[in-house]
Amino acid sequence: MDSQGTHSSNSKDLDSLQRSLHKNSKIKITELLFWVVAFLMPLALPSHDMMISEIAITALFALSLDLVLGYSGIVSLGHAAFFGFGVYSAALFAKFFNADPLLGLVVCAVLCGFLGWMCSFTILRGSDLTRLMVTLGVALILLELANQMDWLTGGSDGLQGVLIGPVLRRFEFDLEGRTAAWYSMSIALLFFMFARVLVGSPWGYTLRVIRDNRLRAMAIGVPVSKVLISVYTIAASIAGVAGGVLAQTTGFASLDVFAFDRSADLMLMLVIGGVGWLYGGIAGAVIFKILQSELSAVTPQYWMFWIGLLLIILVHVGRDRIKGWFMPKGLFGKLGEQSEVRK
Amino acid sequence: MLTILFDGVAYGMLLFVLAVGLAVTLGLMNFINLAHGAFAMLGGYCTVLLMQRLDVPFLLCLPIAFLVSAILGSILERTLYRPLYNRPHLDQVLFSIGLAFMSVAGADYLMGSGQQNIQLPLWLKGRTELGEDPWTLGMGHYRLLIILICAVLTVVLQSTLTKTRFGSQLRASVDDPVVASGLGINVNKVFLLTFAVGSGLAGLGGALGAEVLSIDPIFPLKYMIYFLIVVSVGGTSSITGPLLAALLLGIADVAGKYYVPKLGGFIVYSLMIMILLWRPQGLFSRGSK
Repeated sequence: MDSQGTHSSNSKDLDSLQRSLHKNSKIKITELLFWVVAFLMPLALPSHDMMISEIAITALFALSLDLVLGYSGIVSLGHAAFFGFGVYSAALFAKFFNADPLLGLVVCAVLCGFLGWMCSFTILRGSDLTRLMVTLGVALILLELANQMDWLTGGSDGLQGVLIGPVLRRFEFDLEGRTAAWYSMSIALLFFMFARVLVGSPWGYTLRVIRDNRLRAMAIGVPVSKVLISVYTIAASIAGVAGGVLAQTTGFASLDVFAFDRSADLMLMLVIGGVGWLYGGIAGAVIFKILQSELSAVTPQYWMFWIGLLLIILVHVGRDRIKGWFMPKGLFGKLGEQSEVRK
Repeated sequence: MLTILFDGVAYGMLLFVLAVGLAVTLGLMNFINLAHGAFAMLGGYCTVLLMQRLDVPFLLCLPIAFLVSAILGSILERTLYRPLYNRPHLDQVLFSIGLAFMSVAGADYLMGSGQQNIQLPLWLKGRTELGEDPWTLGMGHYRLLIILICAVLTVVLQSTLTKTRFGSQLRASVDDPVVASGLGINVNKVFLLTFAVGSGLAGLGGALGAEVLSIDPIFPLKYMIYFLIVVSVGGTSSITGPLLAALLLGIADVAGKYYVPKLGGFIVYSLMIMILLWRPQGLFSRGSK
C-alpha cells in the first residue's frame, strides 16, 4: 500500500502504516458540519422537502453501488434490481402486513440481502462483460416478473394505495414531505456510518486489495469469493433499504424502479462524485438531481442528450483528473487512488 | 411450427448482422461498446428517409446505410473511441452509454419520437408455402432475403478473417499491438477499418431490419441487451459463436413469444444467465483467455 516505509526500520514502517490506515477512519469536523447542514436543509428550503428526501435516497443507493463498484471493482449495470426489489417489498409489506416503516425497512433489508446473496454467486466468475450481462439480466428478469405478476404488483399501473404508519409511532408522514426528508436522511446517515466503519475496517481493506489485484489477493490468503459474496449481500440490502425508503415516502411503487436508466444514472452519479469514496455517492446524487431538475425544466425531452454529453466529456477529460481538482487530499489519501491495472 | 422456426432463424440472422460488429470490437479489440445500437439506428433511419422522401429502391438503400454508418463509425473511432482502448472497462461503459443516450435524444429531436415504418417493395411482400398442413413452412420473401444476405455476409466475414492478409493483420494487431506495429502493420489503420466495417454492418442490419424491428429513438437501448447477449453468449473468439448464439436467441425469442407470450423476455434472460454461469467465457469459446 505505502512504499514510503521501505527505507526505515520495520517497526517504524508498521507505525506509519497503522497511522495511514487509521487516518481515514477518523471523523473530521467538515464531515460533522456537512451532516448538520444537511439536516437543517428542510428548514432552510421548506418547499423542496420531497427533493431533499429523494436526494437522500439516491445518495444511499449510490453508496450501495460504491461498495460494489468503487471498493470492490465489480462493474454492475443492474443495481436497480435490488433497489426495485426493495421498493416492492416495502410497499407490499406495508400494504398486506404491517404499516410500521422501520419494521418494513428491516424486512426489506433482509429480503434484499437474501436476493443479493443469491445473485452474488453469479458475479464471482467471468470477465467484466459477463458480470455486466448477468447483473443487467437479473434486473431485467425482475422487471419482467413485476410486470407479469400484476395480481400482486399492479403490473404497469404501479402499486397504489400503500399507507405507511407514523415513524416510531409518532411522526406522521405529511403531504409536504417534511417528515419524509428527515426520515430519509436519518436512514441514509445510519447506513452511511455503517459503511464508513465497514470500509475502514481490515475487512474493508481486503475489498480494495481484491479490486486492485485479485490474483495477489488470493496469493496472500484473502478469501476472495467469501469477501465478494458478503460485500454484495451487504450492498444489496443497503440498496433495498434505499428502495424501501422511496416506497414509504412516496406511498407508491412503479415498474420504472427496475429500469435500465436507473442503473445507468446511478453509475453516472457515482462517477461524477467519485468512485471509491463514500462521499462520492452523496456528492454525485446532489449534483445529478439538481442538474436533472434544472435541465429538465429547460428541455424535458432532451435531458438524456446533456447527460450523455456530460458522460463523454467526463470520460475523456479523465475521471481521476476531475476528482483531483475537487478532492481534498486528506480525505482521500493515497489509498483511494484507483489503480488502472486489473488482473 | 416450421414457420416459427423459419421466422426465428430470420430474426436470429438479423440479430447476427446487427451484433457482429460488436463481436469484433468487443471480442477482438476488447472494447465494451454499448453504443453499438446507435449505428444500427442510423442505418435504419437512413433507409426510412431515403425510401420515404426520395423514393430510393430498397435494395439500393442497404449499401447506402452501410456506407453512412461506416463513415460515421470511422469518424467517431478516430476522435472519441481510440483514446479509450486501453482504459478500464468502466470508462468504456460510461462513455458508450453517454453516446447511446445522446443518440437517443438526437434521434428524438430530429425524427420525432414515433415509430418509423417503411413500405416494402411488392416483390418482397409475398410468401411461399411448402409442405403439408402440420409441417407447413411459410416463408415470407422478405425474411428469405434477410437469411440470404446474412448467410452470404457470414461466409465473407469468416473467410476474410481467416484467409486474407487483412484478417491475419487484424488478429496480429489484437494479440499484440506493439509487436504487430513493429512488423510494419499499421495498427491504427487496421482498427479503424475494422471499426468502420463493424459499424457499417450494424447500419446494414438496421436497414434490413427496419421493417421487422421498427425503428424508433429508443432503439439503441431497446436492442442493446440483445446484441450483448449475442456476443457474450456466443463468445468473442470467433464469428461462428455469435452466429449460433444469435440463431439460438432468435428462435428462442420468436418461439417464446408465440407459445408463452406472458413470459416473454423472461425465458431469454434466464437462459442467458444460466449459460453465462455455466460458461462465463461464452458458449462457443475455446477455453478461457
